[in-house]
Amino acid sequence: MLNVGKIEEGFVLDHIQAGMAMSIYHHLQLDKLDCTVAIIKNARSDKMEKKDILKVECDIDMLDLDVLGFIDHNITVNVIKNGEIVEKKKLHLPKQIRNVIYCRNPRCITSVEQELPHVFVLADPRLGIYRCKYCEEKFDRRNL
Amino acid sequence: MRHLMNPLDFSVQELDRLFDLANDIENNMPKYAHACAGKKLATCFYEPSTRTRLSFEAAMLNLGGSVLGFSDANSSSAAKGESVSDTIRIISCYADICAMRHPKEGAPMVAAEKSRIPVINAGDGGHQHPTQTLTDLLTIRSLRGRLDHLTIGLCGDLKFGRTVHSLINALSRYEGMRFIFISPDELRIPDYITEMLRDKQIPYEEVIRLEEKMPELDILYMTRVQKERFFNEEDYIRLKDFYILNKKKLRKAPENMLILHPLPRVNEISVDVDDDPRAVYFKQAQYGVYVRMALILTLLNIQV
Repeated sequence: MLNVGKIEEGFVLDHIQAGMAMSIYHHLQLDKLDCTVAIIKNARSDKMEKKDILKVECDIDMLDLDVLGFIDHNITVNVIKNGEIVEKKKLHLPKQIRNVIYCRNPRCITSVEQELPHVFVLADPRLGIYRCKYCEEKFDRRNL
Repeated sequence: MRHLMNPLDFSVQELDRLFDLANDIENNMPKYAHACAGKKLATCFYEPSTRTRLSFEAAMLNLGGSVLGFSDANSSSAAKGESVSDTIRIISCYADICAMRHPKEGAPMVAAEKSRIPVINAGDGGHQHPTQTLTDLLTIRSLRGRLDHLTIGLCGDLKFGRTVHSLINALSRYEGMRFIFISPDELRIPDYITEMLRDKQIPYEEVIRLEEKMPELDILYMTRVQKERFFNEEDYIRLKDFYILNKKKLRKAPENMLILHPLPRVNEISVDVDDDPRAVYFKQAQYGVYVRMALILTLLNIQV
């Protein structure tokens, strides 16, 4: 059993679907933060059999939880202060996400006007379907 | 300030008001002859579309306003690489309202975000063409007296036809609608449309032959079946006659059925149908002008 130590302040992202930790690492732009990050892959889980975990030692305002909600709103976000869990945040599907995913429709205006933001809007909260704000192309989660 | 990007941007009640205004315009044209005096419409057409552009221009001229614009991207600053966002900022200094057609989907929405004047989507690629849908709705409402409790047959290319998709979405908001989709297998209505209808418990049927359901239709909406949509010529030749409306097929249709077509018509409606009182596709073009006049007045917030 591998042991990764406690963090003093930051987040523990638990119940990440096995194999998704690196994708989340990139989407949260953790590579750009100068802080300690532990990536745990394929940890044993009673609920999920296998899961990934991310531990991020940073100021708690530094993470964009909207992005996390979009990627997988079943992830458990534990907020840590002084080495203790002070809050478990519930994630929601954000109404809109900006420059997290990119429209691949070659007929979309974003394909020719490079300076435009790639904005996706939650079109169906029940099914978690996002569509490009401009051309309404459905985002295929397999491209995540 | 309001724009029109999608036919569903207006609620059913707002559409009712718009169509009431369009009908008042139809019956009292002189009353509106100077309603837009001193106002300018910019028609920014990044791809040619003569009928839509002329319809918008006719609408503004009928209202006593003026028009300016360009009719293809080569004669605009887009040829020099100017973005849609920059172009609309400039157009906002020259005109009071803008109708934009663009080959790229979502371009009019980009314009609307940066614009200081109302923007009307006059067609963005295969995405939306809201004023065509408003035209179709006004034609049905004016000639049939209502937009609910109707059986509407849509015939031809139901897979790629954006006018068909928009019209179904718009009509699905009214009560008692029933849809009959008439198309070859290759050009069937997309799943997301039938899923939407099932979700809303709106009845629909899919059939291959035009004659099959003709006696049940209140409205027949014809579209063109394009040869290039088929995988091979054999299939095209085998199927194309199924989707050509002629006098003989029309014998089975109810006396008061309306035949609509977004135009241009190629050969899917035989010319011998043109004189039939049920053929209203040329009147439809006239309603297109009335609804665009009503839209310009509404977006400019001009009361007459």
